Amino acid sequence: MNRVLGDWRAILVLLGPALLVYTLVMLVPIFWSLGYTVFEGNPITGFEFVGLNNFATLFTDPKIADALVFTLKYAVVLTIAQVGFGYLLALIYVFWLRKASSLIRTLAFFPVVLPTVAVALLFQELFKIAPQNGLVNDLLNLVGIQSVDWFASPDTAFLVLILMDLWRSMGFYAVLLYAGLVDIPDDLFESARLDGASGWRLVRHIVIPLSLPVLLSSIIFSVNGTLKVFDSVLALTNGGPGNTTTPLTLYMYQTSFTYGEYGYGSSIALLLTIICLLVTIFIFRSSRRDLTKG
Amino acid sequence: MTATFTDRSPRFIRIVRRIPVWIIVGILLVVVVYPLFWLLTGSLKTQEEFLNNPTWALPEDWTNFDNYVEAWTTGNLAVYIRNSVLAVVPALFLTIVFGVAAGFALEVMVWKGRGPVLLAFLAGIMIPGQMILLPLFTIYFRAGLTGTLWPLIITYTAIGLPLTVFMMATYFRSVPREIFEAATLDGANIFRMFWTIGFPLVRNAIFTVALVQFFFIWNDLLIALTFTTRDDLRTIQVGLLNFTGQFGQIQYGPTFAAIAVNVIGTLAIYLFLNQRVMKGLTAGSVKG
Repeated sequence: MNRVLGDWRAILVLLGPALLVYTLVMLVPIFWSLGYTVFEGNPITGFEFVGLNNFATLFTDPKIADALVFTLKYAVVLTIAQVGFGYLLALIYVFWLRKASSLIRTLAFFPVVLPTVAVALLFQELFKIAPQNGLVNDLLNLVGIQSVDWFASPDTAFLVLILMDLWRSMGFYAVLLYAGLVDIPDDLFESARLDGASGWRLVRHIVIPLSLPVLLSSIIFSVNGTLKVFDSVLALTNGGPGNTTTPLTLYMYQTSFTYGEYGYGSSIALLLTIICLLVTIFIFRSSRRDLTKG
Repeated sequence: MTATFTDRSPRFIRIVRRIPVWIIVGILLVVVVYPLFWLLTGSLKTQEEFLNNPTWALPEDWTNFDNYVEAWTTGNLAVYIRNSVLAVVPALFLTIVFGVAAGFALEVMVWKGRGPVLLAFLAGIMIPGQMILLPLFTIYFRAGLTGTLWPLIITYTAIGLPLTVFMMATYFRSVPREIFEAATLDGANIFRMFWTIGFPLVRNAIFTVALVQFFFIWNDLLIALTFTTRDDLRTIQVGLLNFTGQFGQIQYGPTFAAIAVNVIGTLAIYLFLNQRVMKGLTAGSVKG
């Protein structure tokens, strides 16, 4: 039996293509990209060896500091918002809507599958001021508030970005957390209720502790995703006004393709990768801690 | 879920208690559905209506599809969609074929070193796309592939593999090993076993993974933006990104129509398969 299931030729035929493509198109480029970090230039103008210069620049470039701060701010704010709203929705699905929640779940999930570019253009129109007001400014005017130029100031641009990504993602986290909540055995609720717990106390002492593992993995998954934000920023604000909404991903892209700095661009990509790796290690550590807690 | 807030209070109180929830549900519906409704009505309005009527006004003629025609032809939407299909379909096919075979080899077959190989694939899930962008750009440029859709097909296949391999390995793990052992005793060779036993057993799972990958690839912007150097190679996302620029900021109708085409297309797939899409995307993403 092991002769068949351990047939090397068969393993090679089945695994070979995937491993080959993966190695050539992902693994090799990762190390190649590491190599770029000690060079300056690009394939067209040629490369010059600069040692650790790119890393030195990384620490002194004020734009890196701005991009890093924006990336972290975005990741923290959006994570709190999307997991928070997602959890609230999940609680509504489970405890109030119950069986009737299917339709609402389907509707609230729909924005998740929409192309980000389309959503970003839609939000640009919604929040538009000139030459023709969008829906949001029209509504503001209706209640007597002056139109706001949403994309002209860093704070309002950030707000629109967060609102848009929240709109896109809360249905996703709601379904994810809903799946975790449905797994909680019913008798636990019954006995808690017999002990006199109800409403908010039931949520605080039974629901939250028991859904902690899925809540935790949602949070970390969300951080990991938000750190890599690219599409929504590029399509909605293109990093502006100025570079106030430019995350590391977009700054890396601009450095590499607008300014042709492959070496420095690779260094920024490495910084981003390290941050993502740290978060991922954190995932494994915290999930292991949960297992030991039982 | 049968956990309930049962109480013996009269029906009237129960209805009053539910009012806040219905308000929340109402708000949710308005927040999720209204922007899309606004988009669809906007796509049917004429330039006149955009300039003279309030933004929430309904279109005067519900059968005015001029904007769609304009977006489709002058806006090159047809070309962009064709490019997207030409890039996504082969990439999806290759990802699934390679990924399912690799998942089978890594989970069902018995050999030393399969743990580390699976881990190597797993590592690919968390690598940001930016990390492999520049070397790939160099390679495709040197290989003379930049004027074609090949860079997209190749890159999408590679990027889709980690998640596909990992999910397929997980699905194969849930198939009882005895099935494969029995088949071996019956003298089936490994490829026959893969085709006649392994493949049919995970057919539904394959469909789910394919759906997840489809949405990832179809909605991708980063790879498409980097590797489509010519206008006539743009995918739908890149084309849409440049859409307002093409018409100038003043042409509302075609812009709304172009966004609407994207939304309606996705909506069609989603409505048919929503349960599966939800399950697939959440499963696929959490493991990532």
